[in-house]
Amino acid sequence: MSFLSNYIKEVYGAVKSLLTGMKLTGYYFTHPKENITEEYPDNRATLKMADRFRGEVVLMHDEQNEHACTGCSACELACPNGTIKIINKFDITPEGKKKKAIDAFVYHLELCTMCNLCIVACPTDAIKMAQTFEHSVYDRRLLTKQLNKAGSKIREGVE
Amino acid sequence: MLSIANILNSFDVWLNKLLNPTLVMLVEMALIAIFAIALFAVLGLVLVYLERKVSALIQIRKGPNRVGPFGIFQTTADTVKLIMKESFMPDSADKFLYKTAPFVVMITAMLLLAPLPFAEGVQIWNINIGVFFITAVSSLSVIGILMAGWASNNKYSLLGAMRSGAQIVSYELSAGMAILSIIVLTGSLNLQEIVLSQKDGWWIFKGHIPAIIAFVIYIIAVTAETNRAPFDLAEAESELTGGFHTEYAGMRFALFFLAEYINIFIVCAIGATLFLGGWMPFHIGNWQAFNHVMDFIPSSIWFFGKTFGLILLIMWFRWTFPRLRIDQLLNLEWKYLLPISMFNLLVMTLIAIKGWHF
Repeated sequence: MSFLSNYIKEVYGAVKSLLTGMKLTGYYFTHPKENITEEYPDNRATLKMADRFRGEVVLMHDEQNEHACTGCSACELACPNGTIKIINKFDITPEGKKKKAIDAFVYHLELCTMCNLCIVACPTDAIKMAQTFEHSVYDRRLLTKQLNKAGSKIREGVE
Repeated sequence: MLSIANILNSFDVWLNKLLNPTLVMLVEMALIAIFAIALFAVLGLVLVYLERKVSALIQIRKGPNRVGPFGIFQTTADTVKLIMKESFMPDSADKFLYKTAPFVVMITAMLLLAPLPFAEGVQIWNINIGVFFITAVSSLSVIGILMAGWASNNKYSLLGAMRSGAQIVSYELSAGMAILSIIVLTGSLNLQEIVLSQKDGWWIFKGHIPAIIAFVIYIIAVTAETNRAPFDLAEAESELTGGFHTEYAGMRFALFFLAEYINIFIVCAIGATLFLGGWMPFHIGNWQAFNHVMDFIPSSIWFFGKTFGLILLIMWFRWTFPRLRIDQLLNLEWKYLLPISMFNLLVMTLIAIKGWHF
């Protein structure tokens, strides 16, 4: 008799597990709202990226064309594949002292894996990950970017 | 009252006035051939589109949405592409078998169309052994698949064809048992009479639990017989790169593809006829008023509605369940479906003899 009850139990378990699967797919079939597909080129104007999306590294500038980068090159050291290269210069302050500042913040987009380690390493929160993603260009030299804008300088009070 | 049967009858009368009986028969046969081909083309386009949309919704995608509104012309565009493609043949293939195989599969599907009652009084061929004819002819399609697999001179094709053979031979049994349990109740093999016997309720309701078990077994068995997932071992694209139609291209491939969908339509139509009353509207016993309201919906809509409902069910299976291994497949048939359906047939016979059904 135990054979028969095992047999019936097996059939019952199989039917139950199959119905569980069909319930889930049936739910998706009857709820098209669950659909998360973006019709990308069509909805380009209204496209909302996820908060966690990491597109490229940018150096933030404010209205006075000032940034918070001290040129400490912590990001350059943190980068696992040599994407960032900081070239420093020394400004002469009115008191006659030398002060370190960045000359060029060079960023190789073609090497970047968007790992976010440079953002974590930055002590002054000068850089962040932007949400842009349309990076393709015809000439790969265009992927090597200088992030500090022309004529920008470090914000007052950032050490 | 305007119905398809009346239109067809008056057309027949009009044709008989014009021509002598032999010519009338020839003209009508030609018209039916055109109808069958047109139905196949339309069904192929509609079912492939439906399948792609259903799979997309189940997988939380959008599916075809570029060609025409909601992508409804996508399948037409695909067909045009397949017609334009070169249909080449492997050098070492068996030329004759290779060229014949798609047509064998297609003609088998066409033959199955003959005894189906599409609506009240609309049937291509009203034979008294309709169900027998269908079960006999539907087992022929495996010959086309075996021909294709053998003629391609490709080990994957041959493996796919052999699996298909094993599968169809075994699942035919439980499909036949499930059909038999309804035949026991109706006492007739004529499909039109089977539909008429469901005037006071469909067999799935009148036959108690055994009828429901028979229905479930029938659906599982025909899913296997039409080589669809979760029983698509004959194709198994991840193992056999397409199975028996690996070496086929262009329109010859399209014929196999079309035949698969036509076969689904036909087995669902038969399932709807046997278990869900075919073109018979939803009637409950002696509720005259309710039955009368249901009669206002044309019988052809009832037939196609039920058939497409079953097709959706089979598509739902396909996009939910993973593919079985060959040993699991045969286990399911010989250890579970066959014993259950035999026992079920026994119970059904008892019900029929004692007259316990409604």
